[in-house]
Amino acid sequence: MLYSPSPLHIPDGFLSLAISLIFWAITLVILSTAVKRTETLDEKQVPLMGVMAAFIFAAQMINFPVAGGTSGHLLGGALAAIMLGPWAGMLVMTAVVAVQGLLFQDGGLLVMGANIFNMGLLTAAIGFGFYKAAEGRQRKLKLFAAGLGAWLSVMAGALFTALQLWLSGTARLDIVLPAMLGVHAVIGIGEVLITVAAIAFIFKTRPDLLEESESSAQNGRGWIVVGALLSLGVVLLSPFASADPDGLERVATDLGFLEQGANAPYKLLSDYALPFFRDSAFSTIAAGLIGILVIAALVIFLARRRSIRHTSHN
Amino acid sequence: MHDSLFDRFREGESFLHRLAPTVKVVITVLFILSDALLPDGHWLGFGISWLTILLLNLAAQLGWSYTLKRSFIAFPFALAAITAIFALPGETLAVWDFGPWHLIATDAGLLRFLSIVVRSWLSVQVAILLVTTTQFPDLIHALEHLRLPRMLVTVIAFLYRYIFVLSDEVLRLLRARQARSAIPPHQRGGGSILWRARIAGNMVGQLFLRSYERSDRIYNAMLARGYQGHLRTLNRHGIHTRDWLLMTFAIFLLILLQLFAHLG
Repeated sequence: MLYSPSPLHIPDGFLSLAISLIFWAITLVILSTAVKRTETLDEKQVPLMGVMAAFIFAAQMINFPVAGGTSGHLLGGALAAIMLGPWAGMLVMTAVVAVQGLLFQDGGLLVMGANIFNMGLLTAAIGFGFYKAAEGRQRKLKLFAAGLGAWLSVMAGALFTALQLWLSGTARLDIVLPAMLGVHAVIGIGEVLITVAAIAFIFKTRPDLLEESESSAQNGRGWIVVGALLSLGVVLLSPFASADPDGLERVATDLGFLEQGANAPYKLLSDYALPFFRDSAFSTIAAGLIGILVIAALVIFLARRRSIRHTSHN
Repeated sequence: MHDSLFDRFREGESFLHRLAPTVKVVITVLFILSDALLPDGHWLGFGISWLTILLLNLAAQLGWSYTLKRSFIAFPFALAAITAIFALPGETLAVWDFGPWHLIATDAGLLRFLSIVVRSWLSVQVAILLVTTTQFPDLIHALEHLRLPRMLVTVIAFLYRYIFVLSDEVLRLLRARQARSAIPPHQRGGGSILWRARIAGNMVGQLFLRSYERSDRIYNAMLARGYQGHLRTLNRHGIHTRDWLLMTFAIFLLILLQLFAHLG
């Protein structure tokens, strides 16, 4: 069979109930925004997104032999977002992950929220963010940005999968994180090569399609920030967590996740259920928020300077 | 057409086939939820769940081992859970030093690992049972009854409809690549990995263009037949008294299992 499952599809049973539900909630919030944003577009978008979802599904079958019987193939989140815009790309990837889970049992149902988040939402946000950052630049730079975004999107998916497994008490962080990131650093290269070649091919044959998607998403500047923040998280968190898993473990213990993982999930509503109200947890969250705000301010500042220089150039 | 690849439905006349798709989806999800709620190492509870699946297999006239044979898809993922053996505090079973890792296998860890594998194995089986006894278009329609956004459901419906067409397209592309990939004798064929990847990428680009143009044609054809923004179905999907009764009974059994597991 051509269809090959990727190690990012988490089956049922591997995530704790708490983590499954938290990620379902996050995914539903983002998806409802995506639906609202795409509903305002014309009704032609719906068949287009449907066929594009089938396209991503089918494109995942196209592989190229690497070595020793292994092959590289596509995840497609970045590609979908670049070609269709971020919200439509997210919906397309959601449909793909949903059908893979429902029809092929490739990824579970209770954990589907996490799977959609890892493979659909993260990848689309990062892929589009990077591509958008190179808007109006030379074609080579655009392709480079698309490639970088594709690689980071795969890494982000791997990072979040590892974190979810660990927070569920299913895996040990100091083993699963380097393993996941290591494998996907290589898988990500396949993703980059295919994504870049596909976009280069479309540039050559139908450049109008890419220009169209650019002009239709004029106000997509926020995605640059989103993509930059997410990948900054990946870049900062991965080495830190790989080198010092104890540090991350301590944070999670403060937040109460690890007790939840270590105990059976039916203790969901016991004392551990509301760990967020503890002092130590509050301080951790506050510190995290301040950090995120500082980084966001920095990125916005840089983006604005860049765009001013860019407009004065024209 | 490659129905065999994508169509998991098996024709049948059992009560499982006749049950309303919406009810089947709800029961499946609750069953998986109940699996997740069973405590680690509650083998009796897992056993009862599996026995139920076996009985449902027989009731659906699939033969007792139908879902069993197809349930091993999630096993490669168990690799990720192996580390659970070393993650929990408990009575030490064995100690290994492996590179930078100091691994202590504990009884609690082993119990957790086995429970995770069994949970996923049971969940996969019940999901297989769902798609074997329900036609996928009905399943998609059930999602709409369960208040999923209509747009998302429509996208999924299109995805399913055009997998068949586009996978044919992919097979054509792959066959064409194969046909042009002769290796002359005494030569190394296949080019560099980079070159191979670029060819695969070009094929993806090609597939994108064909899909894009096809979607244009599809939309025009739909407009021509009076498309007004959503898909219709002839199946009414009414939920009858029998379906309600069966759902209540299933939920009752699952609650009983949980009570037994946590209080017993």
